[in-house]
Amino acid sequence: MGSLDVGVRRGGLGNTSRPDAWWAYPSAVFLGLTGFVVYSTWAALQGNYFYFHNYLSPFYSPLLFWSHGGIRSWFGAPPHWLVNVSPALLILWAPGGFRLSCYYYRGAYYKSHWADPPACAVGEPRLRYRGERSFPLILQNVHRYFMYLAVLFIFILGKDAWEAMWFRAPGGHGREFGIGVGTLVLTLNVILLAGYTFGCHSLRHLIGGGRDRLSSLPGRACAYRCVTKLNNRHMAWAWCSLFWVAFSDLYVRLCAMGIWHDWRILR
Amino acid sequence: MSADFETHAYDVLVVGAGGAGLRAAIAASAAGAKVGVVTKSLLGKAHTVMAEGGIAAALANVDERDNWKVHFSDTMRGGAYLNQWRMAELHAKEAPERVRELEAWGAVFDRTGDGKILQRNFGGHRYPRLAHVGDRTGLEMIRTLQDHGIHRGMSVHMETTLVALLTDGGRVSGAVGYDRERGRMRVFNARAVVLATGGLGRIFQITSNSWEYTGDGPALAYRAGAELMDLEFVQFHPTGMIWPPSVRGILVTEGVRGEGGVLRNREGRRFMFDDIPPLYRQQTADTPEEGWRYVTGDRNARRPPELLTRDHVARCIMREVREGRGSPHGGVFLDIAWIKEKIPHAAEHIRRKLPSMYQQFKELADLDITAEPMEIGPTTHYSMGGVRVDADTQMSSVAGLFAAGECAAGLHGANRLGGNSLSDLLVFGQRAGHYAAEFAAQNGPARSDAAQIEAAARGATEVFERPATTAANPFQIQQEMQEMMQAKVGIVRTGPEMDQALAALAELGGRAAHIAVTGNREYNPGWHTALDLRNCLLVAEAITRAARERRESRGAHFREDFPEKSPEFGGFNLVLRQGADGGMELRRQPLPPMPPPLQAIIEEMK
Amino acid sequence: MPSAIFRIWRGAVAPRDAGPAARHDAGFVDYSLEITPGMVVLDAVHRIQAEQAPDLAVRWNCKAGKCGSCSAEINGMPRLMCMTRLNHLPLDRPVQIEPMKTFPIVRDLVTDVSWNYSVKRRIRPLAPRPPDAADGTWRMQQQDMDRVQEFRKCIECYLCQDVCHVLREHQGFDAFAGPRFFTHIAALEMHPLDRDSRLRELREEFGLGLCNITKCCTKVCPEYIHITDNAIIPLKERVVDEFYDPLKKLFRRKKGSAPA
Repeated sequence: MGSLDVGVRRGGLGNTSRPDAWWAYPSAVFLGLTGFVVYSTWAALQGNYFYFHNYLSPFYSPLLFWSHGGIRSWFGAPPHWLVNVSPALLILWAPGGFRLSCYYYRGAYYKSHWADPPACAVGEPRLRYRGERSFPLILQNVHRYFMYLAVLFIFILGKDAWEAMWFRAPGGHGREFGIGVGTLVLTLNVILLAGYTFGCHSLRHLIGGGRDRLSSLPGRACAYRCVTKLNNRHMAWAWCSLFWVAFSDLYVRLCAMGIWHDWRILR
Repeated sequence: MSADFETHAYDVLVVGAGGAGLRAAIAASAAGAKVGVVTKSLLGKAHTVMAEGGIAAALANVDERDNWKVHFSDTMRGGAYLNQWRMAELHAKEAPERVRELEAWGAVFDRTGDGKILQRNFGGHRYPRLAHVGDRTGLEMIRTLQDHGIHRGMSVHMETTLVALLTDGGRVSGAVGYDRERGRMRVFNARAVVLATGGLGRIFQITSNSWEYTGDGPALAYRAGAELMDLEFVQFHPTGMIWPPSVRGILVTEGVRGEGGVLRNREGRRFMFDDIPPLYRQQTADTPEEGWRYVTGDRNARRPPELLTRDHVARCIMREVREGRGSPHGGVFLDIAWIKEKIPHAAEHIRRKLPSMYQQFKELADLDITAEPMEIGPTTHYSMGGVRVDADTQMSSVAGLFAAGECAAGLHGANRLGGNSLSDLLVFGQRAGHYAAEFAAQNGPARSDAAQIEAAARGATEVFERPATTAANPFQIQQEMQEMMQAKVGIVRTGPEMDQALAALAELGGRAAHIAVTGNREYNPGWHTALDLRNCLLVAEAITRAARERRESRGAHFREDFPEKSPEFGGFNLVLRQGADGGMELRRQPLPPMPPPLQAIIEEMK
Repeated sequence: MPSAIFRIWRGAVAPRDAGPAARHDAGFVDYSLEITPGMVVLDAVHRIQAEQAPDLAVRWNCKAGKCGSCSAEINGMPRLMCMTRLNHLPLDRPVQIEPMKTFPIVRDLVTDVSWNYSVKRRIRPLAPRPPDAADGTWRMQQQDMDRVQEFRKCIECYLCQDVCHVLREHQGFDAFAGPRFFTHIAALEMHPLDRDSRLRELREEFGLGLCNITKCCTKVCPEYIHITDNAIIPLKERVVDEFYDPLKKLFRRKKGSAPA
């Protein structure tokens, strides 16, 4: 590609002529993402207080195995070698992997956590750089498979939101429709996650972006336009859904611990 | 000998890498010639990128009544019949093919509903005729030609400026120039040279042209013995930005009016309805309502007076300003925002059809054109005149020296229609390149003359040797010339003022001969300006002499002392050449007689 | 009238090569200038050139943000000088103007961008399908053109190349084409007429995988092209289709290759 005689001209970390507070934005991203990872890891390791009546924390959904009662799991009691593993750890790798390999988050944490670069037109600490071309980052190309799973999760969490509208009837038998604050929290959660998931760059490509003559496929053209609309705000969806999914867990957790009271709006 | 200069040898040397130059280079390459391209700037930066409206070609995609005959007669009428009929004929016939081939090379024009190239209305064109890409058609065209051209095996010398053409007997033999980066002289031996240097707007103060457009082509050709023609016809585009001062002159596309933009004076009156020339009365709308129907595609409506020819619109604006009805900064208002009364989602429509205008005003003038009217005024835009060439081959009066595009004369006569310049570049760029390659194949290498090369190199570098004590500042002289030409040889001209202009040019020329340049030869703008100034002063004199001689008003040339068209002056073009004594010789060249079939077309379309 | 200080890089040595202490032949020079309404940085540079420093080298053409010649770094950010208005800059401290740092310097504010031209020559041009109509023309829908037209807005100012850390920090000139040319290739790959595929070169010699989508190119683009979201990521996805996705590969083999 036509070699260029530029010598080695590195700035070194933070070397820039920018007088503005270029470090503020990556620092905020660093705090936000790190905070989420710390909280979600802690919450996932707890293995308790993840449900409250008909509310299920999104960190624990789908609940594959559970033998302690109080809530139904998909497959009943866990096999003996899984008894001591928090049910969250069985499923959180999927949404976690989706976010980790998400095009938006990649760009964001390469900057904030890896300083590659720390900000635009600002010097970097390392000379070596391999990008996403070789191991391990080449694995980011798996993103679309995580997307398939994430779409599945949207339906599961949608079902959870539905469940959150059916409270145990006062008599003890059957269930009655109602809306509590928790219902709203979990419903908003699935909406935000859906906005994030259905705006995924990989989905945008697969649903139509990969075709050059979309006009000949009106249905897919329409789907492509919808995904594109969401994709335009992918960053906003990413942050809102990230915050809210953690808050949803916190809400259920605090209710289950009896610290917060779930207020029924409609019964 | 020229051994101390880096020397290149080509069959065809193309000077300029705008639309005409690139199209010529592609054609010459296709004809088997070894092609070199010299450009003053980087590749792809030429002024063609500023062309916004579109490429005029009678594709008849939007209105099937269009054909080459209508385009031909529109062009002749627009040029007040001073055009070379043969060029207008070739242009109208070949433009559609030239546009279609661009598409095969990757251009992405806006589309009609059935998937063809969309065409829009423009001033002076009877039917929607301009193939376009939003309002950045020129960029699309130059990028297409550039990307196609670089795969055709041409050598491009970027940021290289010529200072002289070399001749061998009556024939061109190459050129001498310098590269801006290091300031080294370069010699180009060539069997044929195509000038495609563009315009001369930098001679005037208010212009849409960039620094490059200093009349280089006509000046180089003139010094090499070629004839120049029609230089009195300088087009002042009616709509340039006027506020803030730093953007004065930047073009506002005619497309704004094509999409329904209207001109108003400070009283809010659409003054263009007040003065419609008889030649166009039958084709012009009587009411604003009819004008609006026209721009929205009603084929039975006639065009609004805002879409009359550029010379007329520019003069009407000047009249409003002179008579005290102008806008606060000395122009008038161009309003596209008003269409929100007519269509839903007007703001979005404007942003989609005129994206770069929207951005230009938003960023440079803090003005939202979807909400407020723009303030505009005339700006020097285009030179109809230039090197006199043969209509079919584009060869000048010097053998082997060709010219195409804005730096050549003949197609546009006294005034150019919008959209005809891009098609001009394509049609005649192709012809010039093709015939230059043919000339190169039929004629052996020319002899290059060491004495000429030495003289050219010495002339270009002597400014460094002058004592700085007598230093005249080249920027200062250039600015004075621009202000003087704008005031005295601008939109409105008079004999006495032009006499003063000639005296002033002589005085400026005297001072320019004492310019001394500081610094070294590497990328030194002071030096470049000093060299460009030589061309500017020469071409300014040619413009002034021709304008003084034409004692009538026609097309873009308006004489306050002779405000009417004169049948006598309608019969010839003014041709200039260097006389034996070194002075400028001016003569009247009768128009070539038009064949009866073409005359019949013109009569029929009147 | 208010005035401002312009701190302009002078000399034929790049700012980063000059070292912390400016060398005698290269360094920042302060120029003081009166400011008029609506002024842009390029106006200031021109005024300095005409009045104070006639040999101040600067590259420019259209002065309207359409040609992409006057790229530089203003207060550390890559920008077009002609589109940077002074009233949008803090004038209580000097306005710092430097040449683009990614490319070799020629002098003052002018850099040698010829590498970019050499990259473009290596990209295969459009290979259109046979014409749709007897007159040699094609039929294309506007909605399919919209996507390509966004990329065609590029004015080749190379600000995206300048800011991209793969070139700027890691000098990936031998292995990486840069955002400008990913946009160029995207315009070709998504062109409704094109029958060629440039995915293999994209992955190998043009180094698409070196891009880590930090979006600085999009941020500095004066034409507001969504380089990352609309060009680079879709190209990455097309490369995944072709080289990484086992299901797609299987599907293709079964169906026989039939590109869109």
